[in-house]
Amino acid sequence: MARGDAALTRPLRLLALAALPLGVVAVFFVLPVGAMLARGLAPDGQLDPGGLVEVLGRDRTGRVLWFTLWSAGLGTVLSLLLGLPVAHVLFRLAVPGARVLRALTLVPFVLPTVVVGAAFRALLGEGGLLAFLGWDGTPAAIVAALVFFNVSVVVRVVGGAWAGLDPRAEEAAAALGASPVRVLLTVTLPALRSALASAATVVFLFCSTAFGVVLTLGGLRYATVETEIYLLTRAFDLPAAACLSLVQVVTVVVLLALVGRLRGRGSGVVPVHRVPPRPRRARRGDVPALVVTGLVLVATALPIVGLAVASLQVRGEWTLANYRALDRPGITTALDVPVLTALRNSLQVAVDATWMALLLGLLVALVVTRRTHTRPERVVRGLLDGFFMLPLGVSAVVLGFGLLVTVARPPLALRDEPLLVPLVQALVALPLVVRTLVPVLAGIDDRQRQAAASLGASPARTLLVVDLPVVWRPLLAAAGFAFATSLGEFGATSFLSRPDHPTLPVVIGRLLGSPGTTGAQSNPGMAMAAAVVLAATVTLVVLAVERLRVPSVGAV
Amino acid sequence: MRRILPTLVTGALVLPALAACSTFGEEESASGGTEKLVLVAHESFSLPDELVEEFEAEHDVDLEVRQPGDAGAVVTEIALNPDDSGADAVFGVDTTFASRLLDADALEPFEGDLPPGADAYELADEDRLVPVDSGNVCVNVDTGWFAERGIAEPESLDDLVDPTYADLFVTPGPVDSSPGLAFLLTTIAAYGEDGWRDYWRGLVDNGAELVAGWSDAYYTSFTAGGEDGQRPIVLSYDSSPAFTTTEDGSATTTRALLDTCFTQVEYAGVLRGADNAEGAQELVSWLLSEEVQAALPDNMYVYPVRDDVELPAAWAEFAPRPDAPYTMEPAEIAANRETWIGEWREETQR
Repeated sequence: MARGDAALTRPLRLLALAALPLGVVAVFFVLPVGAMLARGLAPDGQLDPGGLVEVLGRDRTGRVLWFTLWSAGLGTVLSLLLGLPVAHVLFRLAVPGARVLRALTLVPFVLPTVVVGAAFRALLGEGGLLAFLGWDGTPAAIVAALVFFNVSVVVRVVGGAWAGLDPRAEEAAAALGASPVRVLLTVTLPALRSALASAATVVFLFCSTAFGVVLTLGGLRYATVETEIYLLTRAFDLPAAACLSLVQVVTVVVLLALVGRLRGRGSGVVPVHRVPPRPRRARRGDVPALVVTGLVLVATALPIVGLAVASLQVRGEWTLANYRALDRPGITTALDVPVLTALRNSLQVAVDATWMALLLGLLVALVVTRRTHTRPERVVRGLLDGFFMLPLGVSAVVLGFGLLVTVARPPLALRDEPLLVPLVQALVALPLVVRTLVPVLAGIDDRQRQAAASLGASPARTLLVVDLPVVWRPLLAAAGFAFATSLGEFGATSFLSRPDHPTLPVVIGRLLGSPGTTGAQSNPGMAMAAAVVLAATVTLVVLAVERLRVPSVGAV
Repeated sequence: MRRILPTLVTGALVLPALAACSTFGEEESASGGTEKLVLVAHESFSLPDELVEEFEAEHDVDLEVRQPGDAGAVVTEIALNPDDSGADAVFGVDTTFASRLLDADALEPFEGDLPPGADAYELADEDRLVPVDSGNVCVNVDTGWFAERGIAEPESLDDLVDPTYADLFVTPGPVDSSPGLAFLLTTIAAYGEDGWRDYWRGLVDNGAELVAGWSDAYYTSFTAGGEDGQRPIVLSYDSSPAFTTTEDGSATTTRALLDTCFTQVEYAGVLRGADNAEGAQELVSWLLSEEVQAALPDNMYVYPVRDDVELPAAWAEFAPRPDAPYTMEPAEIAANRETWIGEWREETQR
């Protein structure tokens, strides 16, 4: 084959791989969001730049943007600082119960924000255990909640890469006399740069689009771009909402470009170890990391224990009535179906969302990590990489209404399609899956693939024997992520929820939204009990999924 | 090698379990030759299955309910496509959002008759919005808390700024809460355009706690709502005392202050561009029928507009209604809502 041909066919082949994910994101994300932007920015079919300038010039817009940037930035930094030691301890050290703890770190992820908001206010508000901090209704409470939700992202994304890191470089540095801190700063962290950048990006996007916790814990005093878009859309000020959405998109693009440059600088992709190193025993040098991990776990557990305690009480007395009520139809007028039926609905949706997110995410990750030969190819790859992050950075309200005015209507008319909700959730989980897989796939030495190919292996077989064994563990981790994201997703899907198939977060919202302490149980108690069941479910499913191993790897 | 067996076992157990969970296997609801009828309603819409099935059989339609969120989301969805919203009828538009549907010209006139009692809630010169139910947003108190301390319960809006009741009141703000907005309107109706800001300053100075949503106030802060609440005065509904009974149902632990109430009416309407306009008219008439009206309190926590249906026993006993609640015209609310909310923010968030 002539060289010119190869230069041309490779990008084409990349695009062919990317076709499915591109198409899905185009129809279920770009189209709806674009429709909402068009309505706001060009209400009569004509672009109105004056309105854009007016909204951007408002005092309030500046304040809101500033608050969003600093609260999300602080939330990201703190999540990274606290998440790194936890990732080290749970993924590199042989500590008892590490696997269960790893699964438990996903719990904050699935808890609906209404529940977490209530749990935080119970801790920080009047009469709460931590009331002395004086955080109730302050930015401190908002940032604390952001960290609560996002430490698990850092732990999972960085931990997954860390677990596969070849320890010999660190050992060599230590043998040459480098102090543990020096090893960490000069060997380990640089090797984890890609994973750290991935985690930081995802966490920043999550923080800057956080919504429920900002309203609930900020006592209405603080507004972020996300809450502002929500309130403007409610007030039907679509031009202003579209303006802020545009600001959101631009911010995300700038951020991704910056991170891309940071990641791209320095050529060294750190090779992953083909056989994951065994966790080692804790040493004296690990004490600080162990202490931080202990503190983080306790701090994370506090609100969760708080809601478990609330689920066991009715009228101030200890009881299991809230749990007994979960499978009884008609026990409270707030619900049409028993809570356990909603749990089954949630599981069904989550299973579909998970395989969709994995399929799309794997394709995207393969495309963006293939070794590039030419500059245009690299540019295309970089653009694709950023493109699939967008669903994390755009307002759920805009996406939700956008879906209602586009794919839910003719000619597509997909509203009653059972797979629409899982598909939308898969899009939200997609960036997480991609960011979990990319650092690992990028670390596979391309020469191994070439060697396999030159020995006569077909591309499919190369994928099976070279890529899959390495990517298997992160893939399972990503599956857990996608599953948890789907179980907890409430924003965009609440617009599309099917009334006869309510999911568990929807049901919890309904229980907390209506008065009722009439029988042996109470509505808020049942909501908390349902949240506990949700947390237990995700822990068990993730534990079970992560037990799955590729036999060829297990047998090595 | 020894890892293979547990792997296979877990795999054999987990994979089919997960596969069985997929929505793929789900059977579609059969809807032979019957016509479809689409109702957009808020998330609290709920009626007994028997009633819905009866309606479907009688009119040979397949009723499909779509619930995009609260009343605000319902109105926004319709207003985004007022000519063709893809639905036939709407329910649950309340007093504070009613005008947006009229301004967007999204509704057709209702051709049926109003039942006895409904005319009291009808909008002047408006046959497109049909009143279906009403409820009052009122201040509630935990009667046990006050009895225990020998303090007289508050009765009026004025009492809430009295130092006797300092640090005892919690209310959702109007920014993201429908009852919160209703309470702001209560104070505007009570103290007038000139006086309401002073009143709110008094509330804040007297230690009122402002939270985001109704459940934050009722379940987290109210002493009789959740398990750890610290404040015995809360903003809720006139029907709430019917849902704070003792376990045997013989008494209630809360009371609504009937001099602090604001009436919210919920409307239904036939959408312009409905594919099944006839079905939509029948649906709105059905919402006004005796059966549905009688089912409203237990299913949606609201009072029927008909005055000839019986209320549930607990309601009749524990949830008396106010004689002269505050009210406001939807058009006036629509014209000022954003301004008032903006001024409220300035007043309370210094």
